[in-house]
Parts: sequence; C-alpha cells; structure tokens
Amino acid sequence: METASKKSFITSDIMKNAIIGAFKKLNPIYMIKNPVMFVVEIGFILVLLLTIFPNLLDSGAGEKDRLYNAIVAIVLFVTILFANFAESIAEGRGKAQVQTLKNTKTATKVRVLLENGQEVMKQAHELKKGDIVLVQAGEVIPNDGEVIDGIATVDESAITGESAPVVKERGGDFSSVTGGTTVTSDWLMVEITALPGESFLDKMIALIEGASRKKTPNEIALNTLLVSLTIIFLLVVVTLYPMTVYLDVHIPIATLIALTVCLIPSTIGGLLSAIGIAGMDRVTQFNVIAMSGRAVEACGDVDTLILDKTGTITYGNRMASEFSPVNGVEISKLIRAAWLSSLTDDTPEGKSILLLACELLVDTTHEGLIIEKSDHISFTAQTRMSGLNMQDGTKIRKGAYDSIKNESLAAGQVIPKDLEQLVHRVSSVGGTPLVVSVNDKILGVIFLKDIVKPGLKERFDQLRAMGIKTIMCTGDNPLTAASIAKEAGVDGFIAESKPEDKIKVIKDEQALGKIVAMTGDGTNDAPALAQANVGLAMNSGTNAAKEAANMVDLDSNPTKIIEVVEIGKQLLMTRGALTTFSIANDVAKYFAIIPAMLMVAIPEMNALNVMMLNSPTSAIISALIFNAVIIPLLIPIAMKGVNYKPMSASKLLSKNLFIYGLGGLLAPFIGIKLIDLIIGPILQIMGL
Amino acid sequence: MWQIAIILAIYLPLVILAGHYLFRVTMNENTWLDPVFDKIDGIIYRVSGIKQVDMTGKQYVFTLILSNAFMVFIGYLLLRIQSALFLNPNGIDNMEATLSFNTIISFMTNTNLQHYSGESGLSYMSQMLIIIFMMFTSAATGYAACMAFCRRLVAKTDTLGNFFVDLVRIITRVLMPISFVVAIILVAQGSPQTFSANKTVETIEGKMQDIALGPVASLESIKHIGTNGGGFYGANSTTPFENPTVFSNIIEILSMMLLPGACVVAFSLMVAHRRKKTIFGKQGLAIFTAMGVLFLIGLVTVTVAERAGNPLISNLGITQELGSMEGKEMRFGVEQSALFTAVTTAFTTGSVNNMHDTLTPIGGLVPMFNMMLNVVFGGKGVGLMNMMMYVLLTIFIACLMIGRTPQFLGKKIEEKEMKLIALCILIHPAIILLFSALAVATTAGVAGITNPGAHGLSQVLYEYASSSANNGSGFEGLADNSTFWNVTTGLAMFFGRYVTIILQLAIASLLAKKIWYSDTVGTLKTDNAMFTTLLVAIVLLIGALTFLPALSLGPITEHLKIYYR
Repeated sequence: METASKKSFITSDIMKNAIIGAFKKLNPIYMIKNPVMFVVEIGFILVLLLTIFPNLLDSGAGEKDRLYNAIVAIVLFVTILFANFAESIAEGRGKAQVQTLKNTKTATKVRVLLENGQEVMKQAHELKKGDIVLVQAGEVIPNDGEVIDGIATVDESAITGESAPVVKERGGDFSSVTGGTTVTSDWLMVEITALPGESFLDKMIALIEGASRKKTPNEIALNTLLVSLTIIFLLVVVTLYPMTVYLDVHIPIATLIALTVCLIPSTIGGLLSAIGIAGMDRVTQFNVIAMSGRAVEACGDVDTLILDKTGTITYGNRMASEFSPVNGVEISKLIRAAWLSSLTDDTPEGKSILLLACELLVDTTHEGLIIEKSDHISFTAQTRMSGLNMQDGTKIRKGAYDSIKNESLAAGQVIPKDLEQLVHRVSSVGGTPLVVSVNDKILGVIFLKDIVKPGLKERFDQLRAMGIKTIMCTGDNPLTAASIAKEAGVDGFIAESKPEDKIKVIKDEQALGKIVAMTGDGTNDAPALAQANVGLAMNSGTNAAKEAANMVDLDSNPTKIIEVVEIGKQLLMTRGALTTFSIANDVAKYFAIIPAMLMVAIPEMNALNVMMLNSPTSAIISALIFNAVIIPLLIPIAMKGVNYKPMSASKLLSKNLFIYGLGGLLAPFIGIKLIDLIIGPILQIMGL
Repeated sequence: MWQIAIILAIYLPLVILAGHYLFRVTMNENTWLDPVFDKIDGIIYRVSGIKQVDMTGKQYVFTLILSNAFMVFIGYLLLRIQSALFLNPNGIDNMEATLSFNTIISFMTNTNLQHYSGESGLSYMSQMLIIIFMMFTSAATGYAACMAFCRRLVAKTDTLGNFFVDLVRIITRVLMPISFVVAIILVAQGSPQTFSANKTVETIEGKMQDIALGPVASLESIKHIGTNGGGFYGANSTTPFENPTVFSNIIEILSMMLLPGACVVAFSLMVAHRRKKTIFGKQGLAIFTAMGVLFLIGLVTVTVAERAGNPLISNLGITQELGSMEGKEMRFGVEQSALFTAVTTAFTTGSVNNMHDTLTPIGGLVPMFNMMLNVVFGGKGVGLMNMMMYVLLTIFIACLMIGRTPQFLGKKIEEKEMKLIALCILIHPAIILLFSALAVATTAGVAGITNPGAHGLSQVLYEYASSSANNGSGFEGLADNSTFWNVTTGLAMFFGRYVTIILQLAIASLLAKKIWYSDTVGTLKTDNAMFTTLLVAIVLLIGALTFLPALSLGPITEHLKIYYR
C-alpha cells in the first residue's frame, strides 16, 4: 500500500500528453460518448456562432452582446477542456505503466516442436493454441502456457516487480508460465494455452491502457441518471424561453445556455470516466489485475471473506514462542539446549528458535566455533528429530514428543512426570510441541506456534465494522483451528477443510444472500474461485485458478483481498460523493443566475440576489466560471478516490453527506462570491 | 393553529388503523368482516367470471390498461347521449366531443379536472353511472397498481395478485363501507341525497332562484375517500350543499388523507411482516415522515402566507385581520381553508373549499408545488409509487456514497431499473413544462388565460400541474372549456397517469425477478432518520430545482412585486 501511494501523482510527461489529449478529445464523435459534456459542447458551438453573428437569433443585439457571448464561449470551451483533461490524465497514468510492460514483449522468433519431433522457427505472432515451444535460458517465453517438460528458473519481474526468479516445473502449482517473462537458467518445454494478442500480458496492457475499457454496470446506471438530469434541465431551459417571451422578459440566448450548462451535472459528467479509469488504475498499482471493472465494483459489496489460514492469516511457518522446562530444570538451561539444537537447523522453525533464544538470554559467543566442531544431525521422517553431537560428546536433540521419549526411555532415563502435561497444554491451544533433550535427558518443551500476521486482528475488526464477515479455512484439527481463529479474530472457521468444503461454504453463504470473496492458488481452488462472487487468484498459482478467478494478484499475497475490497468501495464512493456534490451545487447556481437573468425585466428579483453579486452579467459569468474551475479542482479526488476509513454504513453516509452534500451546497456560494469579487470590476471596465 | 393540530392528531391513529386493514385486505389475510364480504365477492366473481389466477407484472398492467380503456369507451358514449337516457329530470343536453374526451379521461385517471359544471353539464344518470362509478374504479385501479407494485418489492416472484380480484376487493371491502359511513355523516350535516329535480324558490329578497339538488352526499363521500376531487357542483366543496359545516369540512379533510397515508402504512407492514408484528414498521415510517415533513413545510407556508394577507390591500385601508379572506368561505376561515388547500393538493384530491386563484402568491405557490412534486402522500396508491421512485433514486446515490452498489430490500438497482426510474421522474415535469410552454406560445392557449402577466402564467402552470399530477383542482379563472385546453389537459392527464403506472410496475417486475441479497451492517439503512432527511433533500433538490425557473416567473414574481415594489 505504501509504495503505491508514494508513486508521484503526475509527471510532467503525463501532463504534457494530457493537455494534448484534452484538445484531441474535442472531436464531437468522441464527445458524444459522454452526453453531459456533449451538451456543453453544443452549447459552446451555439454561443461561438452567436459571437461571430450576434444577430443570428436576437435581432438588435449589439457589440456589447458580442463581447458577452465571447466570454461565455471561452468559459464553456475551458469547461470542456478541463473535463477532457481529467480523462486524459487518468489515461496517461495508466499508459506510463503500460510502457514498461510493452518493453518486455521482445520475443519475436520461437522454436516450435512439431509432432514428429522436428524443430521449426516461427514468428511469435504465428503461434497457435496447443503449439509446443522450447524456451532456453536467456529467452523470453512467447505466450502463456503450461510447462510440460523441463525445470528452470524464470524471471517474472516484468509483471510482478519481484526480482527473485521463480522455479517452474511440470505439474503441481508451479507449472504455469506467463508470456513476456524470461527463462534465466536451464530450459522449459511449454504448451501454449493462449492465442497471440490474448495473453495475460496483453489483457493486462489493454486493461490498463483503458483502450478496451468497457463501462461497468454501475457506471452505466449512474450515466443514465446523469443523462436524465441533463434532459430534465434541458427541458427546463427550453420551456423557459416561450414563457419569458410570453411575459415580455428578454433573456439573451447565451444566458440560457449558461444556465443549462450550470444546471446539468457537468462536474460529475466531466469526471465520471476519469474516476473509473483511475479506480482500475489503483487496483493495478496494487499489482492486482482485475479482469473486469464489474469485479472491482463487486468488491465493494462483499459480505463474506473466505481466507485460507496458512499464508493468509498466519505466516506459512510455525515459530517458537515459548520455552517450558520440566520441573527441576532451570529455564536458562533449556533455552541454551534449544539454541544449540537449532544452530545447524536451516528450517524456518529452527531459525525462529534461534531468534527467540537470543532474545531471551543465550550467550551467542563461540557460535561459529560450535558449529564448526559439531556433527549436524538432520531431521528425517524416520527419526523425527534433529540436533547436534558436540565435540565433547554431548548429544543435543529436539523433536517430536514420542520420538524423544522413546529415545530417552531406551537410554534408561526417567521421563519427567509433568512432561505429558506440558505437551498436552501446547497442543491444546493449537501449537506444536518440540521436546528438547541433552544426552537423552529431557529438559522441557519448545512451543511452536502458528503466528498470526501482525495487524490482522485490527483489520478484521475494521471489516466487521464495515459489515464484512471473515471465515477461515484450515486443514488443522478443530481444536487448533478454534484457537487460531480466536487469536486472529475471524468470525468463523472451517477445520479439517477440503477444497470441496470451500465451495460448500460459498454456496451456503450465497444462499443466505451474501456476496462472497475468496483467495486461492491451487488447481483445486478453481471451482471455488469461479463460484465466489469475487475470486482473487495468486499469480504463483495454476492457470486454471487464474482463469476461474476474476482477479489475479501478481505479488501472490492473499491478504491483499482486503485492500481490493477497500478500493472497490472507494471507487463507488467517489462516484457517489461527486454526484452529490454536483447536484448540491445547483442550488447556489440558481441563486446566482435566476435573479440575474430576470433582473432587467423584473427589478424586484434583486431581493433573491442573496450573494449580493456585482451585476447580472457578473453573476452569470461567475457561476459559469465556478462550474468550470471546480472540475480541475476535483481531479485529485477523482484520481485518488475519496478518503476512506472502514466504518459502519450509517457513519460513513453521514460523514460523506456532511462533506460532499453540505459542502456541495455551501462551497459554490463562497466560490461564486469570490469569483464575482474578482471579475465584477473587470467586467465593469469592459462595460458589461 | 390549534384547529390544524387537532385534525392532524386525530389523523395519526386513524391512518394506522386504516393501514392495518388495507394490509390485511391486500395480503388476503383474515378480517372480521370476511363472513359478509367473502359472500359478496364470491357472487361478483361468479357473475363476472373472474378466475382468481395470479398474474405476471406484464399481464397485470395489461389487464389494468385494457379494463380502464373499456370503461373510458363506455363512459364517453354515455356522456354523448345522456340527454336521451333516464334520470335526467333537469333536461341536461349531450356533452360536446372534446369536453367529453377531457371529462372521461379526467375521471378515469382519478384526476377529476372539471371543464364543465356538474349542475348544468351532467344528468343525474351521468353523475352516478359515470362520475361516481369512475370515482370508485379509478381509485381502486390506482390502489391496485400500488399494491401490485409493493407486493413485488417484497416478493421473490413476479407472478402474484390478480387485477380483477384486487379491484373488487378494494371496492367492496374498503371504498364502499367507508364511503357509506361518510355519506351518512354528510347527509346528517345537511348534504342533499335525492333524485328530485332542482327546486326554484323565492328568496328573502323576493327574487326567484334555482336550487340545484341531486345525489350529492354519495358523490361527496367517494370524492374524498378516493382522492378524486370532482364536485357535484362547479363550485365544489365551497358550496354549502357539498360541504355544509366546519364538521363536514373536517370529515372531508380526514377522508382525503386517510387512504393515501394508509397505503404507506400497508407497504410498511408488508416489508416488516417477514420479521415481526409491528404497529407501523420502520421502512414505512421513514417514508411517511419524509412525506409528512414535506406536507408540513407546505402547510405552514400557505397558512402563514394567507394569515399575513396582502399588504397592498392593507394599504388601501381594508383590514386584513382575518387574513386574506378573498375567495374564502366565512364558515371555514383562513386556517380550515389553508389546511384544505394543502391537503387537497398534497393528497392529490383536487376538491377545493376556497378559490385557489385568489390565494396570496406564496399561498398559491404551495398547492402548485405540492402537485409538481406529486409525492407528498399523493393520490391513493400512486403517490406512494411516485415517492418510491425518489426512494430508489436516493438509495442509488446514498449507496454509492457508502461504497456499495445500490440495493433496496435485498434487490440490486442496476442500469435497466435506473433507466425506468429516471424516465418516471422525468415524465411529470416534462408534461407540465412542455404543455405550459405550448400554451403560452400558441394563440389557442393564450386565449384561455384571463389574467395578464405573471398570474396568467401561474394559471397555466397550475392547470397542467393539476392535470399531470392527476389532482384535478383548478386555479379557476382559466377559460378552459376550449378545444385546445380540453385536448391538452386530457393528454396531460392520460400520460401522467398511465405512462407512469406502466413504468413503475415494470420496475417492480424487474426487481421481483432479481436475486435477493441480505442486508448487513455494511448495507444502507433505508429506515432511519438519516435516510428520511436525505430523501426529503433529494425530492426538494430534483423536484424543486426543476420547477424553480418557471415558478420564479409566476408566483415568485407576483410575490416580489407585492412586497418589494
């Protein structure tokens, strides 16, 4: 999360391209896709015509009107540019990411193995599904595929940003390779599973570029609302004209157009597509590829999160957390023995024992000497213990309870009476006991524990406040599972779970009307990923899993689903907040424009000029300028999304209503007044 | 003020009681009246051949339209030949074609806009077989549509309820009994209920005067119970025969308010029913409160404005101590008149006990505004449906603000629904504004306007607002019995009624067929004070902003000209 937000917001390069883009997008064929802004453009063209030919619609219009029309035309033009700029800048940020990806796609010629075993060179774009290619060290894998033979390290930094190469081999969870990654050692025989141009990388590029960006369902629904509001306000202004004619109230056409533009939701209309692009972009910056915008939106609705215990809730490995000596043995003696037993143990468990022992007291001098002078006894499935035989003949062991006990009994030692109790205590809370002996005399027990990732409990509390339930899946026995579940603070758990159980849980939750998200990596997770409303697959996982999911995490960090849920919510919230802001703005604009446009014919209207604006002209132009300027001012919010902290729906609503509803009501009163204070005198000098 | 307070205090327990009864009737649950009504309904079903089969949303709305069309056809025919038919002691002539068109649409759509005067335009047969008949059927149609809508919101299937059965049950179990009781009370207060011809009597001044009689009380009761509003006489509830006393005035006010409010309670009970028994239900209470707040805003405004009177008249040395009494009945005074005005437009009845044309500009703006919003309780059934459109819109915006895709009662509101909702909200202002613009831009339209300037525009806006909202009250003063006005207001009433109902039932059908999602802490609460506040704000923002420019040229200009000259 940190690295993503630290990326610079806008570079000068993006800025330059965005400005050019803003002008390119003025093309009406492009503009018509955004009906709200299209109306503004039509208005601009009309006022522009009226600037050139002031008498086109109003006979008897003079030079003064020409100047007024020109000013309105300029402000309208700037309004459209601002909206286009917002969209360009969102696209620009995506494009910058794409450029790095595109640079990695350099495989041109590939070795294809024919059925008869012959080797033929082909162009990369000629590859078909099912072709078998041979990729050697230093070469780029041409397209997505499954390893069918060979074992090699592959550099996937191009898509994951992770520089350490990954081992790929036939079968299992590490058999899928991605086009665009580089084989760094040995060779692989790969069966191609994607068509050229449809590889994972291609999809990713298209998504980020926004070229293939389809409007998401919610965006379409919101767009419908905005278009309807536009139609309503168009009707309001169009029907106003004959009424004013009937009442002999003269209103310049440019003013009516200004009124229309101010009333239609041009703020949200101008920023809507930028919000969508930026939302997807935020997901991508987390190194998560969403297959569709719909998936990101669905994230915002998630009610139930299904999480694997290992790797997601706890670290993959168990860690030492406590030393418990048997009666009559000093704890320092046990710690020393445990430390010695693990000196040559390279497993993560062993390392964690060293770490804990050092923290507690052990004198680590002569460490190198001891290692050098001792015989290392490594763990085997038969002995189920490890340790070392020191130079002086001291035999230090740690291992499973049964093995050490038997060894100790065989050596004629007495088993301490409280040992069984200690061992039982550890396993009853979900830990793994390791018994330590020196020369077959049992000293005590090391408590190996599943360590819940720090901060997760708070995360789950936040999720609960947001109304999201968490369910943990684990292969552990119910006792262990319950204890971990309690420690992590999840709402439910499924112990001794098999992959089929996950689907069952998902289906059960869905039957209760819940929207379910889950993470998975293995092939056997694929059906569950497909069944879930939101499935996040790990990039390290199999192709089957990735295809079944609607999102792929390139960093293969299962905890990320929580962040993705937050991004989904943030995307929807940004739309809602800016829509509310945009609609609330209309009140102030009415108070600026309506009295202003009627004041000439009905002087009593001045009573409604609550902002005490300089002159009718100044009031209308101030409202119009505010309407234009607010778009670039809101671009940062559109890009970054509204500030979001997990809290209950009711609190969130009141907070956002206060900021964007009440704020949207009041801000334009202040803004229009300020602009009026500046431009009022200027307009007066110009004689308007 | 205490008169208003007491009436509203009586209203609340009444509306809850009526709501529970409506709920039981709608959901086919037992009531203590069943032994009687089951037999009556059974006979009706057998005679008319109604099969009690559940209909899909499409079938329901199709049946509704077709049956209404049939009634329109018959009604039109009868109006055109009424002079030759029975029960015509006063020798009333046939009605002219465009006026008949306007009248029949007006009564079938529950509008009751009257471009004729009952005492001179309709025979007793027409009053009873067309006017009173349609007052029952149109009210029942609106309510049936609303209940079909509400049932679909809480159901998980689109196939439920039969239009004919609903229509019959509403008329026999709800409208008939209540109307009967109200009619008896009105007769006791002095309303005539007779078939005898008009009487010509010698007045104290020694001159001869025609006293128009007829079956008034029976029409009067359903006129208010069914939020119809069309008077027996041209002068409607201002006349002593339609509305004899202060007590009858209160009865009429409560009659208008009873069923539209009860619809909200019934809906609320449907939503709450799945879980537990309740007096009101939180969901309905939130909507009821929002309607109530909007109603009170209007009521207070009109009362204050009428009490203040007109300073220009005060300047002439004429006292305004009683408030602005121009066009009001002495027996009602400002308060009972203001309350009647607010109620008849908010609850979309359209009967009047004072001339709305002579209200102060702001006083006149309130009824106009109530009809433009068309959601302040609104007509029987349809008012709730209109408000539900704003509820769905509010949910759409509010859900986005909390980062959820929009969802109401477990159903997602997506593109298709949003399109129809937007269209529904759009159609009402479109009808009012487009026809008003047409009227002031054409000579045929302008010919009907009897006042110059801003007040003339107010008359036009009022007429179309009243038509489109299916209210039917008139600003009066408009010379509206002309081809132009008959046809345009007829169309406004027609579109305002049927297009909206079709769209609304389509939305309900779409929602009924959707997958149901449960509510959690993370979903939007649509039944608390926050939601009510937001709902009122959205109604005012979208509803009010749409009409503000037009209103500022009409009543607002009038008001400013009085106070800031």
